[in-house]
Amino acid sequence: MIETPSVDWFALSPSLVALAAAAICLLSAVLVPRWLLRPFAAFICAVGFIGAFVMAAIVFGKSPDAQLIVAETASRDRFAALAQMIVMASGLLTIGVSYSARMRQEHIGEYYALLATACAGMAFLVQAGSLMTLFLGLEWFSVCLYILCAIEIDLESSLEAGLKYLIIGGMGSAVLLFGSALVYGSTGELGFSQIAEATAANDLADDPILLVGLAMILAGLSFKASVAPFHMWTPDVYEGAPTPVTGFMAAATKTVALVLMYRVLVVAFPESEDVWTIAVAVLACISLAWGNIAALVQRRVKRLLAYSSISHAGFMLIAIAADNELGVRALLFYLIPYSAISIGAFAIVAARERELGENVTLDNLAGFGWERPLLGAAMFTFMLGFAGFPLTGGFMGKFLVFSAASEAGWNWLVIVGVVATLVSLYYYLAVIRAMYMRPAAELGLAPVGGSPPREIMLSSAVVLAMAVNIGSFFAIQPLVDLARNAGEALPL
Amino acid sequence: MSGSLATILIFLPLAGALFLWLLPVGRLAGSFALLFALAEIGFWINGLVEFDFDGQEAQFDQSWTWFSDLGVSYHVGYFAFSFWLAGLAVVVMAAAIAYGFWVGRERPRAYFGLMLFLTSAVVGVFSSQDLLLFYVFFEAMLIPLYVLIGVWGGAGRLGATVKFVIYTMAGSLLMLASVIVFGLSQGTFDLVESGTSDSTWIFLGFAVAFAVKAPLFPFHGWLPDAYRESSPEVAAVLSGLISKAAVFGFIRICFDKFPGPFDDWRNVFLALAATGLVYGSLLAFRAPDIRGVIAYSSLAQMGLITIGIFALNIASVSGAILQSVNHGLLSATLFLLAGTIERRTSTGDFNRLGGMARGRPALATVLMATGIIALAVPGSAAFAGEFLILAGVFGTGWGWAAIGAVGMVLAAMYMLRLISAVLHTEPGPAVSKTALDLRPAELGILLPLVACLLALSAWPAGISDRVIENSPGFPAFRELEP
Repeated sequence: MIETPSVDWFALSPSLVALAAAAICLLSAVLVPRWLLRPFAAFICAVGFIGAFVMAAIVFGKSPDAQLIVAETASRDRFAALAQMIVMASGLLTIGVSYSARMRQEHIGEYYALLATACAGMAFLVQAGSLMTLFLGLEWFSVCLYILCAIEIDLESSLEAGLKYLIIGGMGSAVLLFGSALVYGSTGELGFSQIAEATAANDLADDPILLVGLAMILAGLSFKASVAPFHMWTPDVYEGAPTPVTGFMAAATKTVALVLMYRVLVVAFPESEDVWTIAVAVLACISLAWGNIAALVQRRVKRLLAYSSISHAGFMLIAIAADNELGVRALLFYLIPYSAISIGAFAIVAARERELGENVTLDNLAGFGWERPLLGAAMFTFMLGFAGFPLTGGFMGKFLVFSAASEAGWNWLVIVGVVATLVSLYYYLAVIRAMYMRPAAELGLAPVGGSPPREIMLSSAVVLAMAVNIGSFFAIQPLVDLARNAGEALPL
Repeated sequence: MSGSLATILIFLPLAGALFLWLLPVGRLAGSFALLFALAEIGFWINGLVEFDFDGQEAQFDQSWTWFSDLGVSYHVGYFAFSFWLAGLAVVVMAAAIAYGFWVGRERPRAYFGLMLFLTSAVVGVFSSQDLLLFYVFFEAMLIPLYVLIGVWGGAGRLGATVKFVIYTMAGSLLMLASVIVFGLSQGTFDLVESGTSDSTWIFLGFAVAFAVKAPLFPFHGWLPDAYRESSPEVAAVLSGLISKAAVFGFIRICFDKFPGPFDDWRNVFLALAATGLVYGSLLAFRAPDIRGVIAYSSLAQMGLITIGIFALNIASVSGAILQSVNHGLLSATLFLLAGTIERRTSTGDFNRLGGMARGRPALATVLMATGIIALAVPGSAAFAGEFLILAGVFGTGWGWAAIGAVGMVLAAMYMLRLISAVLHTEPGPAVSKTALDLRPAELGILLPLVACLLALSAWPAGISDRVIENSPGFPAFRELEP
């Protein structure tokens, strides 16, 4: 008889609820009549996400003290619970964006099932307490995303995106796994906190094997978070994948990868702090430079947003590099408006795509703002949010990130961030310019004509995202209080 | 109610903007916007009646904690000088909105909503007593301006907006770095509670941002395009109001929080301002069109105002405040007049204008009166302001005063050139006999502005007296002054 560890089912409930929803979606694909399948699957998936969100919130409320569960391989703390809430909310918004997407009938059930499974995997990943669960969670949601990227099997670009993501993502996972092996070889431990203890006990902080392992783990997670120079898959995959999936990846994948990166770094490698803060700061600078400069020359909006997501990874890495209490708060707060804005912006790209039936470029956005006032105004606030203008949560996020860096004594990093923001203005404002300031007639384009499809679900998702974006500017205090509570779970 | 006047002044136009954006008011948008703008003036006058000019503290002071982790608060209130700037803001914005209404801009809900949003942001800048709040309003001004120029501007508007945004954001993002470093070092972002700093770098972060906004030479690259490509009422707001955010910043932040660096860098800024004054005046004299003259005269006038601030004595700073209000009213009136002339002739080019005085007495009178005040004829409000500045500057260094006096002479040259090129000489090719005189509605917009100027001419001390003595930093400064 194999001894099984006691399992804290309650702490794992967010993952389990999402998994249950995924199972029902999958069953519904064969059991529910065709005409009902789309609303049914979307509804079940939404209920699953709401349920998982609520469970995560309850776990958040009931776990004031961090503890390790399931044979010390997973952690039950507020840090994970808050990230789970962000993931589930992102999933919920993604359902709204996906609802009226053109999709093969036989894929609908699978689509929502994969979405829910991916969220379950992400929820599991942010709880990871050892290198084993880390790798498990990472592969769990990655495999779901590989399929989601390629789900439009009639589109070459979608298949290409899926394949590219699979190959490069696989490489990232391999690097991560190799790094984990090196760390295990050096310390003899897999649990994050045991690694830290072993490092301190055996004075391994300068052990080259440990440091190489650390670097490879960092690189592996950077692949997922699309941090430059590990970002090469990002523009192609973001462009080729179905737009709702892209929005979901930009928001949720980045959230979990960065949150987990932070957890690994501070819990497992506090002894090597001097090394990894510098490394993360350098990665931040590369991401900011590369993402922003490459975005300047993009004409296709999805590619532009892909590079913008790389540069935002850079901003969030600044918060990680600061490595102080303000930094945790900054990271967790930044993720909230950022996730909402990302999904919202891709939702609007999706809406325009469905209207035009072709890829959205800066040129064929012309007049969009006036034709569809609600979506136009929302995109306006999203671009301001990305650019970090006041009256959006994006501004408060940047303010917090820069404050954290300044408090850590890294004023030069603040300057880098500020210059990056300045460069980014050019292309974010270019989107606004395209929507509002260049009438279609001036560009010699035929007006689109006809009445655009009414998409209640997509519009509600966009309005929600806009509410989060603007609301998080005014209600920064309660959100930062959440982030502070969550951050206290980490040893800083 | 009067206790929350500062908050009302900020949120009333914002409520108006949301009202226009969210409700299907259709073509009534302009009249609603005007109503909100006039109500805003009413509230401001109500505040003026209650304002205690001898008070040592900020008036209508209100403070709520916004974000306690870093000591950020929503803290608004007015000192005498900022209250006058806010008054300038509400008056000029109302005139601009009225002008837009009269001209009938396309997409009125968006347009007037943005104008009201801009009102809110400008008034917010002048009332903020918290550094982050100030930054928020300072940046928020840019959003409506970007759209107002980019959508309703002239043919070259896209280039103008890019230049305008990149210039101002370069300044203000460096300021953000300064805001953060200063706020964290003080432990609070509250301007009333925080102490002073000796850091030159932080000071320069602020000062350069304001120098771009003013603009001071050599940070004025965005100015000609932005003033030329925007619609007249937006140009009026840009030159009349937005530049005054720099005046507020110089006095409230640079002087009050950085007395040491302010003193060290005084001569640099005086030199830049003096260069801008002479350079702007010469360019204004050479400019080929009406807007060019007003645009470069703004550069010159902002130079003079900055000289007044950096000369740093009670007389010169009081004069700078008075002159800020004068210049705001003057350039707004002139830009709106330029707009009315462009509507009649579809050009602002001096070569194609001329002889408009004949048969158009109202236009001639209003333009003449405004021009005469602008060239600072003795007895005018502008004369009072410039005289105070120069009188004060003499105490600092007679050289700066001499340059200022040269600027006054040049002002007479370019203003007279503008007046004669438009009103006198032979009728230009673009001036048709049927071009109308100012319509009653246009007079209804312009005359109140001119009336304000005449009132200030009659009683400039209404502003310049006790405008700065009780403002932050100055009581301490007065003890030092011999």
